[in-house]
Amino acid sequence: MLLTLTTTHPPASDLGYLLHKHPAKVQTFSLAFGQAHVFYPEVSEARCTAALLLDIDPVGLVRGGSDFALSQYVNDRPYVASSFLSVAIAQVYGTALNGVCKDRPELAATPIPLVATLSVVPSRGGEDVLRRLFEPLGYQVTAERHTLDEQFPAWGMSRYYTVTLTHTVRLADLLTHLYVLIPVLDDEKHYYVGVDEVEKLLKRGEGWLAAHPARELIVTRYLKHQRGLKQAALSRLVEDAPDPLAQDDEEEAAERQISEKVSLHDQRLGAVLAVLKQTGAQRVLDLGCGEGRLLRLLLAERQFNKILGMDVAHRSLEMAAERLRLDQMPAHQRARLELLHGSLMYRDPRLEGYDAAAVVEVIEHLDPPRLAAFERVVFGAAQPGVVIITTPNREYNVKWETLPAGEFRHKDHRFEWTRAEFAAWAQGIAGRYSYRVRFLPIGPDDPLVGSPSQMAIFERGETEIPTKEVAVAELWAAAGGAA
Amino acid sequence: MSDQPPIRLTIPDFALVVLVGTSGSGKSTFARQHFKPSEILSSDACRGFVSDDENDQTVTSDAFDVLHYILGKRLKNMRLTVIDATNVQPEGRKKLIALAREYHAFPVAIVMDVPERVAHERNQSRPDRTFGPHVIRRQHGELKRSMKNLQYEGFRRVFHLRGEAEVAAAHIIREPLWNDRRTDHGPFDIIGDVHGCYDELVLLLGELGYHIDGETVIPPPGRRAIFLGDLVDRGPKTPDVLRLVMGMVAAGTALCVPGNHDVKLKKALDGRKVNPTHGLALSLEQLEAETAPFRKQVAEFIDGLVSHYVLDDGRLVVAHAGMKEDMAGRASGAVREFALYGETTGEIDEFGLPVRLNWAADYRGRALVIYGHTPVPEPLRLNRTINIDTGCVFGGALTALRYPEDEIISVPALATYAEPSRPFLPNDDTPTEDGLSIQHREDDLLDIRDVTGKRIISTRLQSNITVREENAAAALEVMSRFAVNPKWLVYLPPTMSPPETSPLDGYLEHPAEAFDYYRRAGVPTVVCEQKHMGSRALAVVCRDESVTRSRFGVVEGGLGVIYTRTGRRFFEDGALEAAFLARLRDAVTGAGLWESLNTGWVLLDAELMPWSAKAQQLLVDQYAAVGSAAGAALDRAVSALQSAADSGLDVTGLLGRIQNHRAQIKQFVTAYRGYCWPVTSLDDLKFAPFHLLASEKAVHLDKDHRWHMDTLAGLVPHSDGLVMATDYRVVDLTDADSQAEAVAWWEALTGRGGEGMVVKPLSFLAQGRRGLLQPAIKVRGREYLRIIYGPTYTDQLDVLRKRGLNHKRSMALRQFSLGVEALERFVKREPLRRVHECVFGVLALDSEPIDPRL
Repeated sequence: MLLTLTTTHPPASDLGYLLHKHPAKVQTFSLAFGQAHVFYPEVSEARCTAALLLDIDPVGLVRGGSDFALSQYVNDRPYVASSFLSVAIAQVYGTALNGVCKDRPELAATPIPLVATLSVVPSRGGEDVLRRLFEPLGYQVTAERHTLDEQFPAWGMSRYYTVTLTHTVRLADLLTHLYVLIPVLDDEKHYYVGVDEVEKLLKRGEGWLAAHPARELIVTRYLKHQRGLKQAALSRLVEDAPDPLAQDDEEEAAERQISEKVSLHDQRLGAVLAVLKQTGAQRVLDLGCGEGRLLRLLLAERQFNKILGMDVAHRSLEMAAERLRLDQMPAHQRARLELLHGSLMYRDPRLEGYDAAAVVEVIEHLDPPRLAAFERVVFGAAQPGVVIITTPNREYNVKWETLPAGEFRHKDHRFEWTRAEFAAWAQGIAGRYSYRVRFLPIGPDDPLVGSPSQMAIFERGETEIPTKEVAVAELWAAAGGAA
Repeated sequence: MSDQPPIRLTIPDFALVVLVGTSGSGKSTFARQHFKPSEILSSDACRGFVSDDENDQTVTSDAFDVLHYILGKRLKNMRLTVIDATNVQPEGRKKLIALAREYHAFPVAIVMDVPERVAHERNQSRPDRTFGPHVIRRQHGELKRSMKNLQYEGFRRVFHLRGEAEVAAAHIIREPLWNDRRTDHGPFDIIGDVHGCYDELVLLLGELGYHIDGETVIPPPGRRAIFLGDLVDRGPKTPDVLRLVMGMVAAGTALCVPGNHDVKLKKALDGRKVNPTHGLALSLEQLEAETAPFRKQVAEFIDGLVSHYVLDDGRLVVAHAGMKEDMAGRASGAVREFALYGETTGEIDEFGLPVRLNWAADYRGRALVIYGHTPVPEPLRLNRTINIDTGCVFGGALTALRYPEDEIISVPALATYAEPSRPFLPNDDTPTEDGLSIQHREDDLLDIRDVTGKRIISTRLQSNITVREENAAAALEVMSRFAVNPKWLVYLPPTMSPPETSPLDGYLEHPAEAFDYYRRAGVPTVVCEQKHMGSRALAVVCRDESVTRSRFGVVEGGLGVIYTRTGRRFFEDGALEAAFLARLRDAVTGAGLWESLNTGWVLLDAELMPWSAKAQQLLVDQYAAVGSAAGAALDRAVSALQSAADSGLDVTGLLGRIQNHRAQIKQFVTAYRGYCWPVTSLDDLKFAPFHLLASEKAVHLDKDHRWHMDTLAGLVPHSDGLVMATDYRVVDLTDADSQAEAVAWWEALTGRGGEGMVVKPLSFLAQGRRGLLQPAIKVRGREYLRIIYGPTYTDQLDVLRKRGLNHKRSMALRQFSLGVEALERFVKREPLRRVHECVFGVLALDSEPIDPRL
């Protein structure tokens, strides 16, 4: 990784004073992760360039690590501008970063024409993010994007850019901007990010970060997406910080990107809740509960005295426990809820004996040949009185302009069904396992393509439920406009 | 004390022994004298457990909770248990009897009836017993009142020891239960419901090699027959059948368990009132022609039959109507009922017969259960149970199963002697709508209890393999979200270890260490196979879709499946997979393997190229990315340093290092590029099989690698370019030239950019002094390792040489053993859950943390 700084401010060689590095020397500094070399490829009164070359020891990086992944051993870290560079700037150009210059104090305080070149910068979000970060600060940005492999043009472009930033600016400000924004571009940090990092950000961001239009992105990425830290930093930066609880699941975020209606998932959960309330169910299953958004709604209803959330991803259950604050829940509340690591591909006696089950946006994550197992596990073995299944309606995809034709809404979707396909599948199940089934749209019901999401409600023979179709709006109202 | 002859108390070796006697009657002493300490559950000890005071009467309720809990666990595990408590009150005994019933234990009461005075004196001599004589008096009264009720309460044997002398003279004789014939190893010929079909029985015995000489039946040497009951009713010659079987049983050439018809006939012969339906009237009529002594003999014979037998070290259970795992080898009324009638729901079906619960569908036991009772058109296998009642009397066949050969021998009925109330013979409709066998339908529903939690799986190659709970949990997600239908997933390959690190300059791995490993373990010959750099692929290839359905139980499964080493479908494009499989199928057909292996399917273990076909994401995200970033970064660093050098700075050392680094990046890019080429159609793919793992009735681990290589090479000319032969060398580890030749070959291979080679014992399986040897060791090339250890790894060999292989090797062996076990179970047609358990285990072990560079 190479960072060059060039100035044409005469006498340009004064850059040596500003950086506290003699232009006639090649200096080497030892860092925790390798070495940094400073040298001057070009020195004249008219133009002077200082180079900071990072020589990172790739084997040293991973020694003693316990998190085994091959990506640890073969990765781009030694070659790209990352938090390693920020650390190197702070350690090698520390005095300059702090705006200190004993010999040329007035020069350090003066904006001078500077060009910074970063040999390789990984940018998550591409050139757009690069520009959004630097242009508001007055930089002129040029970026050259690299191919992944010129022998395999089909693989496309990499996320790496060679970047030139040109601006008339104090050197300390330039270094500060690089210090903060390089890890933000990379969206990664090589060290543990804790509360100290908030202080560091606020200190380095003083005077520019609060007014930066991309400050939320900067804070989020700088603090490694840790909600608590982000909130702490934002609330100290500005007063109108957003509610930290308004966080979405990744999938909903993806869905939100393609649907202008923010609340499709809320509508879906509301409709599920409404149906569950309507059935009078007391013991309910949330199969594929994810991080527990439906569970939260169910807990708020006294009608449900036994709630079991199951998911196949252990990590999701941990997050659900965290979000629902399971450890702080009062005992009587806690007794109503159970989280279970399980799978819809295996018969599980722990799922038997429930009044109702909700299977919200789950089946489209199963390979179609495995639906036979799902069917036997849920309808054949667990046999809840009521089963509510929701899944996307593929027909509606045409309404979303941002979704390319033929593509699914989420990368893990194994299929998306039309209303007819869903109905045929659901009716087959109902016939085989003695359930009655009816369907409800979720979201705006287009006369041509239907609603964005679709719901099937299965009721076992003896269950007493009104069979007339109820509009979602009515159900929504019945649920007290939940969520 | 007077002279007292010894008193023998005979009890089964699995029994609940309840001591009944007042405080001070000597129960604890008696128990200690006659039973192991671990067999004795004392209420006083339980008081101590919960309160630190063995005499604290206030904790009696908690103490008995503990006692009952432990008793339940012991009985569940079939351990004889002695209850050392007064047990003088009926309500206390009731709970014990209930537990005995629940676990089908034989309840025995031993009453220690010592005089009140003696008991009182003993208590007074003990400082911890503070209660007065009234307590003993009350207990003694309760004891007296209990005496006449014990049998009625459910104790199957009651021993009444009157006075100290009798107590002292008593000693315990333990006997195995009647059904316990575990030491009897057969071999057996197990014969289904005969129902008076004497002629067919004679024919069947003839088929089985039994020589019938008048009333004497001489079996083939060493063999015996087992009759599954229902010898009588409906058929034409019930007395002849009885005479023959009774003779064989008496002569020790046969065992027999009773059927419900036999038991009912016995009742009728005893003169009890029974409804003479279902063919009973016919039997009685036929027996009328016999003598009264014969009829008496028949009644006694049936009366003496034991409900079921556990044989061959517990591996075989025979019973008329079947036997649940938690009842086998136990004795209770419920066990006998089950053996005779099976389990019914209490409902009556449309044919007027009781609805039978399919106990076999839930059967999870290790023992093979052979039974009859319910006529089926063909022997019905399900979860290690086999119903061999093929309805001879209804015009079906009389069937025998040869054990342990697991061979079915049938003779068709000579006539239809009775009409079944419920049709059992196949009609024009297929048995199930999708044409799957009952086992295959059951296999669609696997149970989470078979895969999660800590599991210990015993395999043939390595006895017990433990799968830890957290690793099973990790595998659950992978298996559920990504794996192919478990019916296809009959095997997952093991990981493969590299050799010990090479001391040679510039090398991390070298063939010498792999050769050393095998030679040290006494292996004379190894095979070295070229290691293709692609993606591991397992291919199940079926001759046609009917095999897919009949052998794998997969509906609409095409000609098979190609899956990765973690059980994912290899191709996302279904049409490409189908075309691939069709071409493989044609290759197998062309090579004549269907005939030579007498099979309708094969399982191939292979490498599928190019690497980029499957690993595109990894290549793009990791390898190409590093190449791109490093190239750009180092180019610019070199030019900056050159400018500095031009302007007179001394950067020689640094420049040299960076240029060296730049060169290594180029080598790294060259290394990965060699494994990539664009794939636009099937013609761009190469499939290099190296193991023909299994086919019908065979796991081919008994063949050496030369056989595998030669047989698979036969596919090449018929595959339209898809199948690629793997280059290999057989190396004599006692011959230096042979090894040097192999090393040279390896150097040439890797010098051309090849990944390296795999060294395997020629015999496939090899045992060393400390057990199973690694089935394979990979020796990777110097350049290839750049993409594993990083582009500049050759500069850091000193650090990298310190690598530990123990965990990797242990994992390779455990995964290999599990994989082979899965295949062997599949080939033996065990239920899918037994196969899946092993495959799941392989996947679970994968989540153990291990250095991925190994």
